[in-house]
Amino acid sequence: MRAADTLMESLQAEGVKNVFGIPGGANLPTYDALVDADFRHVQVRHEQGGGHAAEGYAKASGRVGVAFATSGPGATNLVTAIADAMLDSVPTVFITGQVRTELIGTDGFQEADILGATLPFVKHSFQATDARQIPEYVHEAFHIASTGRPGPVLLDIPQDLSRADIDYEPRTEPVDLPGYKPSTEGNIKQIRIAAKALANARRPVFYTGGGVVSANASEELRELAASDRFPVTSTLMGLGAFPASDENWLGMLGMHGTFTANYAMDKADLIVAIGARFDDRITGKLAEFAPSAKVIHIDIDPAEISKNVGAHIPIVGDVKLVLPKLTREYRALQTDSSRLDPWWNQIRGWQQEHPLFYEPGKDGEIKPQFMVETLHRATQGDAIITSDVGQHQMWAAQYYGFDKPRRWINSGGLGTMGFGLPSAVGAKVACPDETVVCLAGDGSLVMNVQELATCVAEEIPVKVFLMNNGYMGMVRQWQELFWDRRYSSVKMGASPDWVKLAEAFGATGMRCESSADLEETMVKALETDGPVLLDVRVTQEENCYPMIPPGEAARDMVEAPRVVR
Amino acid sequence: MEAGTPQAVKLEDLHLPGQLSGRKHILSIQVENKPGVLARVAGLFSRRGFNIDTLAVGPTDDPSISRVTLTLDGAVHPIDQVTKQLHKLVNVLKIRDMEPEETVAREMALFKVSSAVENRAEIIQFAEIFRGKIVDVARRTMTIEVTGSADKIEAFERMIRPHGLVEMVRTGEIAIARGHD
Repeated sequence: MRAADTLMESLQAEGVKNVFGIPGGANLPTYDALVDADFRHVQVRHEQGGGHAAEGYAKASGRVGVAFATSGPGATNLVTAIADAMLDSVPTVFITGQVRTELIGTDGFQEADILGATLPFVKHSFQATDARQIPEYVHEAFHIASTGRPGPVLLDIPQDLSRADIDYEPRTEPVDLPGYKPSTEGNIKQIRIAAKALANARRPVFYTGGGVVSANASEELRELAASDRFPVTSTLMGLGAFPASDENWLGMLGMHGTFTANYAMDKADLIVAIGARFDDRITGKLAEFAPSAKVIHIDIDPAEISKNVGAHIPIVGDVKLVLPKLTREYRALQTDSSRLDPWWNQIRGWQQEHPLFYEPGKDGEIKPQFMVETLHRATQGDAIITSDVGQHQMWAAQYYGFDKPRRWINSGGLGTMGFGLPSAVGAKVACPDETVVCLAGDGSLVMNVQELATCVAEEIPVKVFLMNNGYMGMVRQWQELFWDRRYSSVKMGASPDWVKLAEAFGATGMRCESSADLEETMVKALETDGPVLLDVRVTQEENCYPMIPPGEAARDMVEAPRVVR
Repeated sequence: MEAGTPQAVKLEDLHLPGQLSGRKHILSIQVENKPGVLARVAGLFSRRGFNIDTLAVGPTDDPSISRVTLTLDGAVHPIDQVTKQLHKLVNVLKIRDMEPEETVAREMALFKVSSAVENRAEIIQFAEIFRGKIVDVARRTMTIEVTGSADKIEAFERMIRPHGLVEMVRTGEIAIARGHD
């Protein structure tokens, strides 16, 4: 069988239903084999878009996302998506064409050392040197991408090897890699110590991250939190794993987290980090982070434990397996939950005195926060929301109130502008029955706006709600606050005309400029068939608060200024 | 109650272990003998800002496995974090942080020394003291092979330098665990 056909066979054997990509010279055999393959290929308009679509697909569904690209520029266009998938631990397999084996190393046409270029931010990578490796590497790639801490795997296939004929037997036995054995169970002695520490904690906080979402461990987290009214906060990546409507929820923590969440961390005596990695956007000034707290750190990746913040009780394991054990051990201790009363009194005090706040808009002005609240109403809080990177992303995280996991898809670690639209394409392909809204920023959207063509041509009815403030708003905010308001290359202005641009792509374009019309317009956009771009004109120079200034401690956070009346 | 689980865990009794050992470490790493593996190991070190003092790569008794032996300073780098990051490389099979007391470590170095007729005898004498071998003699230079611990190599270098060290080549340390009776 031709090796390219065994590529399709092995992808199908891995359960692949959808791939995203663009053909080119070096992956022509792959695309020829694709004609007869049994899954859907979405022809994107730029390889970066294909890579982010694969990520959106993976984040929405929990299945491995797959993207194809040709050699050279096709492959290098994937680089940002690969790095993005690494930093957010997204299970993805990227399959690139490479020049013929005899041309490798000769600077041949469209040759790029994509293996070398991506080495620092792949979970693993393969370059086939023998056609028989191709189906083997597919199975190994899926195994590595989807188990342990998920991440991107690159498979680079020289063109001549794809065309070669090989003997092919479908693989029946599971993949076994001698150097790759993630430990998942969690050491029961450590779990018991953790349960006892929790029983003695007076001011505990659960600090949860994207690992809870990756592990599909929302139920298990809720069980543990419910076993004793434990306060829960989450990183940007973990939103939705614990319901925002739950009374134990403190809101997001970190640079733009709630006052309550950040103060709870600052005053905590015990932090239980669950599938989170103490990123600098969470800790702020490391030396002053959570000064009174001991740390229980539960993570599948042993290298995350004590990397940034020392763990007093490390537990290496899959949170889906560890949390039920911790719940069981904790419940067996039958702790008196009234010991947490003073802590909850303090927390409720913070919540009352320091809620999220913005000055309401006057005379029909659409405040960006109001736009997110309106989006929540228009979608009944039950859409998959993807976002770009910047202020709109933070406002969405603060104000949408995610109640379920895999409903919030954004680029957290790498902070990739232009992520929103292509990831929405992937999410919609993964979940065709769900409403998928890309909450975009005007600085970001233009970076991958070509994927509107994909939405139209492939009939992927994504709704793009553009929070248009005429600026790269987050950079403008930093220039205003930390660089003496010397605005430098942040103004986007009125170009392009988004409605016309949407129409030029064959999508529906709409605009809203008044708060009174916003909900109705959003509902209309959601009810309109096919892809829609709704241009919402919001306050231009609104700042995102609260904010911990970069490099400072949580207790130095700045809240939204209130107008004195 | 299983052994090893304390009856009670008080938060004030929880302490963090020290991160820095303060001494030199030799890591003996078994890796799959596959293309690009060394680039992955070296790339990891440069990306994470870990500074390798010496690095030696070679085959093992198993042709499918190569060994990377590297030394680094435990006063600067948390060795635990280094090994955990290395373990994340799929091609890394086994890592051993060699215990100094239970390890035989050796390095080889070649010293090319300028040797005029009048100091030749003295250089030969140094070489003998260090159990070095004269492996090349030319009209103006002599080359000496010295094998031993890194400390011994460095001591020889200090002795020989005043006589005119032309060039020095070192292999980096390799190490093996001592046998047990």
